[in-house]
Amino acid sequence: MGERLLMKGNEVIAEAALRAGCRHYFGYPITPQTEVAHYMAKKMEQLGGTFVQAESEVAAINMVYGAASAGVRAMTSSSSPGISLKQEGISYSAGSELPMVIIDIVRCGPGLGGILPAQCDYFQMVKGGGHGDYHLPVLAPCSVQEMYELVVEAFNIADKYRNPVVVMGDGYLGQMMEAVTFRDEEPIYKADKSTWAAYGSELKRPHHTITSIYIEADVLEAHVQKLQRKYAEITANETRVEEFNCEGADIIITAYGTISRIVKNVIKDAAKEGIKVGLIRPITLWPFPSASFAKYADKCKRFLCVEMSTGQMLEDVKLAVNGRNEVEFYGRTGGNVPSQSEILEQVRRIAAEN
Amino acid sequence: MAIVFQKPHALTDKPFHYCPGCTHGIIHRLVAEVLDELGIEGTTVGVASVGCTYNSYDYFNCDMVQAAHGRAPAVATGLRRSLPDRQVFTYQGDGDLAAIGTAEIVHAATRGEKITTIFVNNAIYGMTSGQMAPTTLIGQVTTTTPFGRKPELHGYPIRVCEMLSTLEGAAYVERVAVNNVVNVRKAKAAIKKAFKVQMAGLGFSIVEVLSICPTNWGMSPQKSLEWLEQNMMEHYPLGNYKGKDLEV
Amino acid sequence: MQEIILAGFGGQGILSMGKFIAMAGLEEGKNVSWLPSYGPEMRGGTANCNVIVSEEEVGSPIVNKATTIIVMNQPSLEKFEKFLVPGGVVILDKSLVPVMPEREDVEVYAIPATEMAYEMGNATFAGIILLGKLIEVTGVVSRESFEKALYKILPPRKHSMIPDEMKALETGAKY
Repeated sequence: MGERLLMKGNEVIAEAALRAGCRHYFGYPITPQTEVAHYMAKKMEQLGGTFVQAESEVAAINMVYGAASAGVRAMTSSSSPGISLKQEGISYSAGSELPMVIIDIVRCGPGLGGILPAQCDYFQMVKGGGHGDYHLPVLAPCSVQEMYELVVEAFNIADKYRNPVVVMGDGYLGQMMEAVTFRDEEPIYKADKSTWAAYGSELKRPHHTITSIYIEADVLEAHVQKLQRKYAEITANETRVEEFNCEGADIIITAYGTISRIVKNVIKDAAKEGIKVGLIRPITLWPFPSASFAKYADKCKRFLCVEMSTGQMLEDVKLAVNGRNEVEFYGRTGGNVPSQSEILEQVRRIAAEN
Repeated sequence: MAIVFQKPHALTDKPFHYCPGCTHGIIHRLVAEVLDELGIEGTTVGVASVGCTYNSYDYFNCDMVQAAHGRAPAVATGLRRSLPDRQVFTYQGDGDLAAIGTAEIVHAATRGEKITTIFVNNAIYGMTSGQMAPTTLIGQVTTTTPFGRKPELHGYPIRVCEMLSTLEGAAYVERVAVNNVVNVRKAKAAIKKAFKVQMAGLGFSIVEVLSICPTNWGMSPQKSLEWLEQNMMEHYPLGNYKGKDLEV
Repeated sequence: MQEIILAGFGGQGILSMGKFIAMAGLEEGKNVSWLPSYGPEMRGGTANCNVIVSEEEVGSPIVNKATTIIVMNQPSLEKFEKFLVPGGVVILDKSLVPVMPEREDVEVYAIPATEMAYEMGNATFAGIILLGKLIEVTGVVSRESFEKALYKILPPRKHSMIPDEMKALETGAKY
């Protein structure tokens, strides 16, 4: 293990991608993720990789589409309004089964919204902001260290399943500095892309085609069903969750990203008042760790979902609890972050009512 | 028995789905002949776009990537930057390149991406059944200009070669047509030169091919060729717009 | 656990001051976080950052209950005074903050840091002078690790200034 370094979340994303072997980055400036592009611009030139500042988010994701088609590890990064623009390319990439990593450092919307942190991209990333029956694994780190680990992981999952993978963090995770320790060597999943990528046939094999269009109904349905089988496999193998203090908890809070850290402080505060609170932290938002909720649905008195949005993950939590318990909600938006005292207040109220 | 004429290797055996009289078949063949003659089929990746040629990946024998509407130059950028020793071309129509994909083509050209674009201009949207294209001529009747294209309502047709030739990153820009044998030969020479410019690393190259769409123009193929000669060539003069003297 | 808010105008080096403390904490093997304000206010308006230095794992990087605030303009004092825990510490630049804190349950150190920095011939030392007092009063990090942090964060071309910065730190500590 290397030394502990003090680095900004956005810089760590870029460094992690480089360590994962990504040498092709295509982006477009947007706050609060632009440091990813700054870091990449510098390093790619030094490393002989590719950095292109595209003319738009639309172009950037399509450049990633091209690079991924060629069989290299490629990445783009953006923030919410930019991700909206990328959705077309993301849908095509899912349809064409292209491995790539998409970073979303979420800011508040809708519209131009603001540049402060938020989690209101849950729907557009987890439910699929683009058209069609597709899913993207969505990884949600809660610290700078985890950002590094999950970006490396994202490339591996992408290559393993030939699927775009998202790493989604709120603006604070992109902007904050924390200690990060890099591994000496990254665990790289080695995928054989020579069987499908478009890199020139050398006339030694039939030509390869990367496409998402299947004009005949039965052919397209078969393709979509194949994707669904892949998604089932991803759900079985790649669901990640942290359960903290859940055994014997009266109230289980669920939160991801920055909020989950605030909740951990709340859990300590509540314990001092004799209230037993646990945390289920989804690390993958898709596949959603439904089993963790099912496990405690009959054991705890209440669930409380806390978000920097107005109740987006809440829908998945309710589906996971499946009517076996009540799910309460507390959220702030507009760039405001639910504070420790606000969440504690909710905990006290729920404890008093149940 | 001596073979005097055969299908280029860079074309597959799949029969074209294009309408009778459509010139896409000719243009596909020209591209394929160039790939054969330059010996680059195995080192070339083509990018199909959206429109009538969405599935040109079924016809070209080289590796192919299908792109979203208008995004072919961006996809080609990603490919070419990942495959420094390969050739990459896009095959796009006028709606794809000059309307929804204007930003992508302009910026790929100005960045001097080492790609070749085959731009087929038939002054209309073919696949979606005959709507006004950015290149539709003034007065031309389409399904969305039922009383003819009027400048005050629909603006003016875009001249792509003239526009792109102002960009420093564009190394070779030429407009050709496939309306007769002489022009078909010239078209092939231009396509070949465009690929050579790419192979020499000189920058972006584009060949605009004036083409016909008998189905959506509502004319016979013969009449369509006359209409192209009498109307399109006036607004879209043939010739080289940049890189004429490049030695490649 | 020390939870610090540093605030002032953009251009005073507020964000860098926070980084020095966070890096010094890291040097001591502690857990640290540094969270900048990155809203529209960073363009010429106010700038602030939250720094946490802790023996334990850092939970929320957002400081709502500050053990110390360092303020370099009046609006920042008014905004962040209420974040202080009872008994918390205010370190302010008296040259720029004419009106003192309203709270009576906090320790106040008012230092004419900007004037002192001008006297030392380098206006950018004002922040370092205030950090000197922070280190002296709270012991959040040692002088040695602070110096190491300067060497790590500042680009090599600025390393020749570090002895002077350390003198400024000492001046602030002793004020």
